[in-house]
Amino acid sequence: MLTKGTVKGIISNLVIVEADGAVSQNEIAYIDLNGTRLMSEVIKVVGNNAYVQVFESTRGLTVGTEVEFQGHMLEVVLGPGLLQRNLDGLENDLDKMDGIFLKRGDYTFPLDEEKLWHFQPIAQPGDKVTAGSWLGEVDENFQPHKIMVPFTMKGEYTVKSITQEGEYTIYKTIAVVEDSNGQSTELNMIQRWPVKMPLTAYKEKPRPSKLLETGVRSIDTLNPIVEGGTGFIPGAFGTGKTVLQHAISKQAEADIVIIAACGERANEVVEIFTEFPELIDPHTGRKLMERTIIVANTSNMPVAAREASVYTAMTIGEYYRSMGLKVLLMADSTSRWAQALREMSNRLEELPGPDAFPMDLSAIISNFYGRAGHVVLNNGKEGSITFIGTVSPAGGNLKEPVTENTKKVARCFYALEQDRADKKRYPAINPIDSYSKYIEYPEFEEYISEHISADWTEKVNEAKTRLLRGKEIAEQINILGDDGVPTAYHITFWKSELIDFIVLQQDAFDDIDSVTPIERQKYILDLVTDICRTDFEFDHFDKVADFFKELINIGRQMNYSEFRSDKFNEYRKQLDELIDRKKVIQ
Amino acid sequence: MAKAFQKIYTKITQITKATCSVKATNVGYDELATVEGRLAQVVKIIGDEVTLQIFEGTEGIPTNAEVIFMGKSPSLKVSEQLAGRFFNAYGDPIDGGPVPEGEERPIGGPSVNPVRRKQPSELIATGIAGIDLNNTLVSGQKIPFFADPDQPFNQVMATVALRAQTDKIILGGMGMTNDDYLYFKNVFSNAGALDRIISFMNTTEDPAVERLLIPDMALTAAEYFAVDKNEKVLVLLTDMTSYADALSIVSNRMDQIPSKDSMPGSLYSDLAKIYEKAAQFPAGGSITIVAVTTLSGGDITHAVPDNTGYITEGQLFLRRDSDVGKVVVDPFRSLSRLKQLVQGKKTREDHPQVMNAAVRLYADAANAKTKLENGFDLTDYDTRALSFARDYAEKILAIDVNLDTTEMLDNTWKLLSQHFRPAEVNMKQELIDTYWQQ
Repeated sequence: MLTKGTVKGIISNLVIVEADGAVSQNEIAYIDLNGTRLMSEVIKVVGNNAYVQVFESTRGLTVGTEVEFQGHMLEVVLGPGLLQRNLDGLENDLDKMDGIFLKRGDYTFPLDEEKLWHFQPIAQPGDKVTAGSWLGEVDENFQPHKIMVPFTMKGEYTVKSITQEGEYTIYKTIAVVEDSNGQSTELNMIQRWPVKMPLTAYKEKPRPSKLLETGVRSIDTLNPIVEGGTGFIPGAFGTGKTVLQHAISKQAEADIVIIAACGERANEVVEIFTEFPELIDPHTGRKLMERTIIVANTSNMPVAAREASVYTAMTIGEYYRSMGLKVLLMADSTSRWAQALREMSNRLEELPGPDAFPMDLSAIISNFYGRAGHVVLNNGKEGSITFIGTVSPAGGNLKEPVTENTKKVARCFYALEQDRADKKRYPAINPIDSYSKYIEYPEFEEYISEHISADWTEKVNEAKTRLLRGKEIAEQINILGDDGVPTAYHITFWKSELIDFIVLQQDAFDDIDSVTPIERQKYILDLVTDICRTDFEFDHFDKVADFFKELINIGRQMNYSEFRSDKFNEYRKQLDELIDRKKVIQ
Repeated sequence: MAKAFQKIYTKITQITKATCSVKATNVGYDELATVEGRLAQVVKIIGDEVTLQIFEGTEGIPTNAEVIFMGKSPSLKVSEQLAGRFFNAYGDPIDGGPVPEGEERPIGGPSVNPVRRKQPSELIATGIAGIDLNNTLVSGQKIPFFADPDQPFNQVMATVALRAQTDKIILGGMGMTNDDYLYFKNVFSNAGALDRIISFMNTTEDPAVERLLIPDMALTAAEYFAVDKNEKVLVLLTDMTSYADALSIVSNRMDQIPSKDSMPGSLYSDLAKIYEKAAQFPAGGSITIVAVTTLSGGDITHAVPDNTGYITEGQLFLRRDSDVGKVVVDPFRSLSRLKQLVQGKKTREDHPQVMNAAVRLYADAANAKTKLENGFDLTDYDTRALSFARDYAEKILAIDVNLDTTEMLDNTWKLLSQHFRPAEVNMKQELIDTYWQQ
């Protein structure tokens, strides 16, 4: 028997419901507004009164309206067919909804109920299985989608029977399993999981060490992220957060990309809808959309579903990770989610923490980032979720609660800088403030020397030092004037500019320059390091700028040219000749 | 519900500066009511106590005031008859004309399903290079002017509105001075554009809280023309800072905990709900929003411009260039996020690179100027950058220059070739080969 209730009070999307029986925290309830069912979630209980946040507009709702509690928390449906979907924050399929405008109470099933999947069994009758064990496999957009024992099932089971290879819908019983008491359960291809609970059906979570290639030079070369790593991108508006996130999601070497558009502009999501079906995945040659899932709660969609949207995205990510896949999860922006928490905490009249955010913000953020990671599954296979979130700090000030709390948990920090953006030096990642903790991992260094080169880390650190030195000299020149410092200072400064222009700056809208494979990044870093290690001689500081501007110009032409093409090699020749003219002969 | 059955409530339990509470039953959330004839809206219901926000304010409201609930949320009657008319915040005519007839629609309606939107791809030409060349506008975009109150943003906005090729221009005035209201009215009527204009006005003489209805009224009308009639609609909202001020007044009266700059914690969502109405619809209609957010002393870290910047697709800054004595659209701080959807696609291929090169060189000039002011010697490059910057501001950027995009590109190439060497502009060699002027 489900608990029922009636509406007692309404303050915007916070509704007070008097319940006639037991309710639990975070339980889902439906409010029946003249036949339209409004979904809501219990966020506080006082006596018989349940305070629910409604995921829709409450316009026209009256006191006395009937409410039905559902006996479960907010959960998502998991099964084959999630790829390529455009979902809302509550996992409704946006494409299945009628009309131009979103209608209240329009809830649609996220999977295709009629599609036939080609099923191949993995488990055999008699196998011992637990939650997350692979029973079989279907081909979902060329990804091996594993059909698993539902994560909600506790304890050990024995496979009694398994369906043979064939074409089935998601509702077909594909296996029967039996628990120790001889109770048998029929399993089909779908299962459900409450989004706020982490999916932990894995053996261990070792430190991540493999580079996740993004094709963005200022990330891969300078501050790399790893498979199963966490990173965040704070930046004031206009510094290029979204362009950078889109670049990463297009280019990263992942099996599955999940984009949670959380409280951001609808046109940015439309850009993904429009472009991804056309774009080619640089690693597989298939359409980008085929590996992508979009969870969209844009800024004009219901605020309460904003929080749910990031959890929905993470749960779907964990589901695919359990299949042994590499998942990249991007959330833009986690600040909007924090603001949604703030709005609700305010309506609940809780005592506010810093900047009126709820006191437990820090715990919420760290629990969420903690769900990412590289895992070894119970069957020994590996999977990962790499999570990159953006943060939109109020007033561009990084000393605000969301940025500070995120900094405590994310291992990579990509600081977007207003000054670089103003100067159109994109991507505007500040090379000096940003960091990647993974560089310090011995596991990572080992991986890099094996896969790129032994002197890679040394060259990266050298480039960073030169950038810092260049910045210091620029400040001195500002104070003392061009002729107030020795010509050697100008040379050092321009060497740092060379690194900035050739390595860091990258044209996200150019077909070739936008994505740089790691082999080419190595070429560029080697080239730039060689130039920086060369001694040059000039009779006047004026000549330094002229010379380096010409070098930079040729270097950029190289970046715009196909790697190792005739044109590319021609520019390289020009560059070498130019260097030879000014090089100090030992 | 028929009028005859309307129940009158008179048991007022609480009165604050903007709200009153009344004992009543069977009232819907967001519903409209009249309190002593003044329009009010339900903002909170606890049991049988209903809290109403009275738009005009509560001055003189007695504890036995007559409260009549209207059984509907705020609405607007939409039809072709709206065209050419001036209304107040409630949608009542203020131009002496008849009350328009049409289908009654609740304002502040639902959002567009993101998968039903089309990607904006049509350029809106304004003839102003600071916009068309550097920060190209696209139909379906939302973009504000960030301006200090003394800057001529209303003039620039009127110019943009008249030059843009749109079917309807909807003006939402919030806390506008009567003089500015008359300015818009005159400019539009002198240009013979009055039949394309629809105006919703809350001037400084009207109660502040009434402003909260203006954007929703304007956008409900806009959705009618863009969705039902497939027209291209340009919505002008000025000034959104006044709107936010009204929000903070109401949230304060409702005892909400303020967040940054005394603004309500929901400011982001409140503003996003308005700005996100801008859209390109599949059947060809579109809503483009050009707004004004006034700043105090140029501070863009204040909660209103800050939240706005995260919502809108860019922002435009005006600045007086002291070297040429003209107002320009600031190339450094202004940004149109949708420009890459049209630049080099609907305009000539060299557009993106020309724009970036010119702005970068203009920045070099700014550095040279700092050097000069600090008493340092200028290099030859610095001198050339400075003379380029003067020409660029006067002949391209100034808002009184009216050119089409190709002319802007040609003229910029002319200036680049005049002041620089090809290696200094950092552009793709193919473009230099084609467009560099010897």
